Amino acid sequence: MTLRHVFAGLMLGLVMVFALPSMAQSKELEGADLDRYQGMINQLRCLVCQNQTIADSNAPLAQDLREQVRTQIQSGRSDAEIIEYVTARYGDFVLYRPPFKRSTWLLWVGPFALLLGALAIAVSLMRRGRQRREATAVDPDRLRKLLDEESR
Amino acid sequence: MIPELGHFALLAALAVALIQVIVPVVGVLRARPRWMEVAVSGAQAQLLLIVAAYLCLTWSFVTRDWSVAYVAANSHSQLPLMYRISAVWGAHEGSMLLWVLMLAGWGGAVSVFSRRLPRDVLALTLSVLGAISVGFLLFILLTSNPFDRNFPVPTDGRDLNPLLQDPGLVIHPPLLYMGYVGFSVAFAFALAALISGRMDAAWTRWTRPWTTTAWLFLTMGITLGSWWAYNELGWGGWWFWDPVENASFMPWLVGTALIHSLAVTEKRGVLKSWTLLLAILAFSLSLLGTFLVRSGVLVSVHAFATDPARGVFILGFLCAVLGVAFLLYAWRAPSLVNDAEISLMSREGLLLLNNVFLVVAAAAVLIGTLYPLVVDAFKLGKISVGPPYFNAVFLPLAAPLGVIVGLASVIGWKRGQRGELVRRLRWPLLVAVLTSLALPWILHRQTQVAAIGGSLLAVWVMVATLEGIWHRLRNRDNRWRGLLQIPRGVWGMSLAHFALGVWILGVTFVSLYSIERDVRLGPGDSVELSGYTYSLIDVQGYAGPNYDADRARVEVSHDGKVVAELSPEKRRYRAQGSVMTEAAVDHTPFRDLYVALAESLEGGDWALRIYYKPMMRLVWLGGVLMALGGILAVSDRRYRLERAAQRSAVHAAEAVA
Amino acid sequence: MRIRYLAPIAILIGLAVLFVFGLGHDPREVPSPLIGKPSPDFTLRLLGSDEPYQRSQLLGRPVLVNFFASWCAGCKVEHPFLMELSRRGVEIVGIDYKDTDADARQWLGAHGNPYARVIVDVQGTAGLDWGVYGVPETFVLDAAGTIVYKQIGPMTEEAWITQIAPLMGAQR
Repeated sequence: MTLRHVFAGLMLGLVMVFALPSMAQSKELEGADLDRYQGMINQLRCLVCQNQTIADSNAPLAQDLREQVRTQIQSGRSDAEIIEYVTARYGDFVLYRPPFKRSTWLLWVGPFALLLGALAIAVSLMRRGRQRREATAVDPDRLRKLLDEESR
Repeated sequence: MIPELGHFALLAALAVALIQVIVPVVGVLRARPRWMEVAVSGAQAQLLLIVAAYLCLTWSFVTRDWSVAYVAANSHSQLPLMYRISAVWGAHEGSMLLWVLMLAGWGGAVSVFSRRLPRDVLALTLSVLGAISVGFLLFILLTSNPFDRNFPVPTDGRDLNPLLQDPGLVIHPPLLYMGYVGFSVAFAFALAALISGRMDAAWTRWTRPWTTTAWLFLTMGITLGSWWAYNELGWGGWWFWDPVENASFMPWLVGTALIHSLAVTEKRGVLKSWTLLLAILAFSLSLLGTFLVRSGVLVSVHAFATDPARGVFILGFLCAVLGVAFLLYAWRAPSLVNDAEISLMSREGLLLLNNVFLVVAAAAVLIGTLYPLVVDAFKLGKISVGPPYFNAVFLPLAAPLGVIVGLASVIGWKRGQRGELVRRLRWPLLVAVLTSLALPWILHRQTQVAAIGGSLLAVWVMVATLEGIWHRLRNRDNRWRGLLQIPRGVWGMSLAHFALGVWILGVTFVSLYSIERDVRLGPGDSVELSGYTYSLIDVQGYAGPNYDADRARVEVSHDGKVVAELSPEKRRYRAQGSVMTEAAVDHTPFRDLYVALAESLEGGDWALRIYYKPMMRLVWLGGVLMALGGILAVSDRRYRLERAAQRSAVHAAEAVA
Repeated sequence: MRIRYLAPIAILIGLAVLFVFGLGHDPREVPSPLIGKPSPDFTLRLLGSDEPYQRSQLLGRPVLVNFFASWCAGCKVEHPFLMELSRRGVEIVGIDYKDTDADARQWLGAHGNPYARVIVDVQGTAGLDWGVYGVPETFVLDAAGTIVYKQIGPMTEEAWITQIAPLMGAQR
């Protein structure tokens, strides 16, 4: 879709960079640590960007946060501790996976509750059809055809 | 002069659209056929006027008329001709003009191809389309006029957003809008049915090809957008669950549900009010998408320049159109209930389930997209809802659809036999289980539960669909002849379902087995990633028509043989100095090798991002085949035959008169 | 007219209300989780010298802490108003964010210096701890060093009158 960037953003010193970030520093991580690093930077949001992860942004803030994630992984901090670190500073806004809490339980449960409700309605629809069929013992299709012809 | 002509043409189109709304409705109320006929000529006149306006704007772009503010803001003297033409829809004002052009195009098409409709239904349908047109024309003329002049005239334009200077983006918006706007036809048919109180099998037959056509355009538009993002953003991703992507995905999901419920309503006469609701919802979500993208209520990678006045206008218009539609629905739909039975063990039962999952999936996307706004409105803080959420929630809602597709391709209408279901599906199931156990191991020497699950679903969908075709040939002496006798509608459906399997396979492997690395390479250096060796040969500068670029040459070899030479670029567009990444991709059906050039580091080294993406092509192929399935279904001869029959009936009627 | 057929219009009304709220709201402004918490600890140096400056020196009176930089466009916008505030006797401590001493001094020389003290945060580590994401940002600290308010983007007369001045007054 077409893009054009919000002008007001520039006033705040916000950054709109579609250039690819360089992350040569991640070379120092290996194996499981590298996987953790990639996973972590791909679920943290760059605050100054339009809607990008810190992995995909070249904004200075994204660079700083990547650097933080890297050094914290190197110093043996757990994922939960790193998330605690960023949310203490920037709030839940930086997490692309919203935590399950009072303000978000509807977000997580809602779709599945809807599914259960919709399935219940669908099943009741099917059952109602069967009951009617048993009660009337008239083939509804024949009836429909007759009615259709009549209305013609 | 030309821009003023364009502006005038828009004003005239507004006047015509108003006539197209009012006169036919009065005609229907007073039973005056001549007045109803105005709908047809009105739709066609409106189309001509908007085409004229559109050409005027295109002309201003082609001739680099910087006195037009919109042209000056979105073009540049060095911009190649192709992009000067596509720049018409490069920003808000012009893309709205494209929107109304498409809308008028659909209206014109209805007025030409639906002469067989009862006069009053046609008149009402075109009147509804006219009303939508009035709203958008007013929106353009009052808040977003692309023909506004600039004074003083700048010496050069500010350039088209470099992200849009890509062949993919030249055709992506028109396809997407064709789809979005195309759902307005089903919407108008639904409103006409509610107003006239008539919704019979003929109604569904008229609505189906239009809906499928809109759906196939939307499918292509989304696929192309995804492909573009993959190549142009340099992030190696193909779907980001960005609000704008969601805005196009929600109507797609509901449109898909509509296609299936239309089939049920046509074949069995049930779910009438539900089908009408879906027809209204599909277009509602298109309108909602337009609002979300252009009002600035959400932060998106793709946001247009936003202006609260525009947001207020679209919101008001959206509420007016949908408010009327939903009130009509609440008033009329209860009378459409009928008593026919739906059994779970029948095709219509499974299609009902399919609708449940599709619509709930669409609702989940809507909830995820709007939830940050809700939390903010209730002063509970600011949150982000991104890919980890959508993947976690969408997957369990969508996966059952694959199971249903396989079952529904085998089971009959009304009442299926459990025994037959088991007998016909045991082989497809066996094939799917065996293939899915083997596939991840064969391709990647590494098995994951998720990979087996995904492959199982994909192969199940594909094999069960093939079984559906095979079953139609079972009693034929000559099977090849039998193939030709299968209606195109069935071919279309089968192809689209098979495509779903292809798509699932692609998504499964590309999400589970992709590998990405950020590397630092100097000329002559090389790095290995999953069996492929990438060597940077050199990086050289060159000048494009309106940009300067660094182009790297990366040689990729496998088992000592060179398999590709890739040239990723980093471009700097002169007019605004913006920097863009052009990724380079080498692809076979089984894997993509993707290289993006990040930036130069000290010592002549460069930072590069390298991806190995297995089965990436299958994701696009799935989208393309789905759309092809749509084309096949629309070209089914029963639609053409009916038109021919209707035409001769009309001729006969005219002859009698 | 049965109730469930009214569900779509009910949802539409709900969404419309939500969007009316959304239109009057900036989706990019992220409130700080640090409000009501003690300001983060730091030890930095003053502009143009090696003299250290740390958190404890901000305690004892309400104070404005303003993150700025010579490269920041919004800072130029708010600068005249900061000058005005300093003339009125408001104590503003500036934190020069990701900048060089030379650039910052030249910038302050050209536009005037409203700051009682200018601290330099060359690496942006203090910025990270304070949750800064777009300079200029201004924090209001009470005498105990607790962050009571954060202004994101340029400081304005309106924000000063409606939000900050009452807080500062109450603290005094």
